[in-house]
Amino acid sequence: MDKQTDTIIELHGITKVFEDGFKAVDDFNLEVKRGEFVTFLGPSGCGKTTTLRMIAGFDNPTEGDILLNGSSIIHLPPYKRPINTVFQRYALFPHMNIYENIAFGLRQKKTPGDVIDRKVRRVLDLVDLEGFEKRKIQTLSGGQQQRIAIARALVNEPEILLLDEPLGALDLKMRKEMQLELKNMHRRLGITFIYVTHDQEEALTMSDKIVVMNEGRTQQIGVPEDIYNEPKNAFVADFIGESNIFNGMMTGHLKARFCGGEFDCVDDYEEGTHITAVVRPEDVEITPPGQGTINGVVDSVIFKGMHYEITVLSGKNEMVIQTVHNARRGDRVGLRVDPENIHIMIAEDHTNLFFADVTPDFRLEYNGHRLDTSLTAIIPGSTRKQDGTLVDGSGDVLEPGRIRIQISLQPDDIEMTDDQEAGLVIGTISNLIYKGDHYSYIIHTELEQDFVVNDEFLWNMGDRVSLLMPVDKMKFILKRK
Amino acid sequence: MQFSRKHLGIPYAVFLLVFVAAPLLFLCYYAFTNGQGQFTLRNLSGFFTDPNTLGTLFYSLLVAVVTTVVCLLLAYPVAYILAKSRLRSRSVILMLFIMPMWINFSLRVTALKEILTVIEGNLAMFPFLNAIIGMTYDFLPFMILPIYTTISRLDDALREAAMDLGADSVQTFLRITLPLSVPGIISGISMVFLPAMTNYVILDMLYNSTYIMGSLIGSYFSAYNWNGGSMISLVLLAMICIFTLLTGGGEEETGRGGALL
Repeated sequence: MDKQTDTIIELHGITKVFEDGFKAVDDFNLEVKRGEFVTFLGPSGCGKTTTLRMIAGFDNPTEGDILLNGSSIIHLPPYKRPINTVFQRYALFPHMNIYENIAFGLRQKKTPGDVIDRKVRRVLDLVDLEGFEKRKIQTLSGGQQQRIAIARALVNEPEILLLDEPLGALDLKMRKEMQLELKNMHRRLGITFIYVTHDQEEALTMSDKIVVMNEGRTQQIGVPEDIYNEPKNAFVADFIGESNIFNGMMTGHLKARFCGGEFDCVDDYEEGTHITAVVRPEDVEITPPGQGTINGVVDSVIFKGMHYEITVLSGKNEMVIQTVHNARRGDRVGLRVDPENIHIMIAEDHTNLFFADVTPDFRLEYNGHRLDTSLTAIIPGSTRKQDGTLVDGSGDVLEPGRIRIQISLQPDDIEMTDDQEAGLVIGTISNLIYKGDHYSYIIHTELEQDFVVNDEFLWNMGDRVSLLMPVDKMKFILKRK
Repeated sequence: MQFSRKHLGIPYAVFLLVFVAAPLLFLCYYAFTNGQGQFTLRNLSGFFTDPNTLGTLFYSLLVAVVTTVVCLLLAYPVAYILAKSRLRSRSVILMLFIMPMWINFSLRVTALKEILTVIEGNLAMFPFLNAIIGMTYDFLPFMILPIYTTISRLDDALREAAMDLGADSVQTFLRITLPLSVPGIISGISMVFLPAMTNYVILDMLYNSTYIMGSLIGSYFSAYNWNGGSMISLVLLAMICIFTLLTGGGEEETGRGGALL
């Protein structure tokens, strides 16, 4: 098959800016092959539904072009596109019975009655709802309504079927069943499916190709295995599956330092490169203390049915582990990760992330230093009650032992000083790069964390410095344990 | 006695009893008795045999039908455009349509009378036309509101689904929007049609000679024929009940429209 017939739809440089100036989609490019199952995956507001609506014709792109079988369809209204949509909330017509709902599209095309009869019966058979013709929409369960919505779209034999979070309103068990059924339908019919979801598991299960989106931009396009195993950036790693994500640095050939240890890895970057390391929770092995790459203390154990989710604190770093072996809170353990299972990327975002402790009297501490701010100022809507407890905006009590505060601080906002007593934490300069008008340093601290600091003055490798971190530049995020 | 939430309903129950149920009983009593207080069906048979009464009934129906149709034709496009507009100011525009209802009724109708006098010269020349104009002027908001409410509650996805399945905008309107706004239309009709049959005060204030059911009842009562007047009211009430039963679905929408006022 030549390329002309192989590709069914192409999106070139699609950008959508809404009237209020919100840029929902930014320079979206994609080619979909005939018969492919493509999923747009991303958090709500990432632009996936808007992109789908532009393919359907409900919204027009501000810039860019959409080609169907090689010719632009951008000026075609929805009713002239050979594309049908399964809507998020089904959008079945409440004043028509099931037969009329399914026949709607065929009637628009002036299809003869006996052909309509035959086709309606065939799609009802396809979605396992034979004999439902005369039923009213309101008498159907959510799952059945979903099947009718699919049947109503499929009966028109579209070239492309668009599905906008079609399983979002179903319960978990029903959703799993429908996932398999949709996948089967796709295989049997050979129609191109473009599927929108925020559920990464759904995307991984069903798709031939996944487009991960965030804030209107494509983050990664690839087959599910690649998306999962080789995430291109920290967003994809974080969004697809559960991940431990660390800032770190290359310390030698195939050696990377993160999470307070030096790990062997298989990604080759130049020594001194500031990296983001991703480790999947199921890839971490627990060993007796001293026999792993790093040591730590079990902080929490949660039983999840198929496995235990164990959080281990190594110094100030936190590693989440999924394992079938149990452990007890307070156990001292070693941790090791197979080099193959450590995924290293060059860091794009140099924001320093670290945790502050909440003391029993509701003060914030980092490395034993009090931070000059109050929890009520940090947590939106929170108040201190008369009896001393802290409640959040929705009235839930926040216990000091059950919350932590994540702090993010930009490299420009941290200052280095020789005065060891002045800063919050002391560290050693382990790398420096000249960036034209400033130097970018990596400081390895006494707490085994790496900080990125920008400074216009030249310091030397190995200098011991204290880090001044201004509280007013810190951004705080509440994390519950 | 323990206080429960049910007791909050007592004032309304008392109100209902004194001002609705009791008068209704009196109405029935007078309708089926003669001047001496004896039971009779002559009032009922009189209604259907008196050519004057029947003539007035049919003329009232005509006025009501025309008023309703005119209201519907004026209200539906307005309600549709308002409900579909993305204007942030659409509630303000809606308010402008409703605002006449906040002006004192007699002032409003008097103003209308003056305007019509300027235009037509002599009001007596077009009694039917003026009756329709007066009624339409007064009842239009009651038609706009329920239709507006119904249309603005329609899920946009339904229209998109129709377009997606091959219907252009006209077909989408005819097959989706219009059928689904029927509850609002019915509710609007029931709020316009029945008052248009009986509200003779508007006509009186317009110096209009058109004689409708309301005028007839009024004339019976002012001639102290309470029995005949009661029977006519009762028959109209029965007609209202039948109409409401036939169109059952309208009530909910009426409530919503009313809430908007």
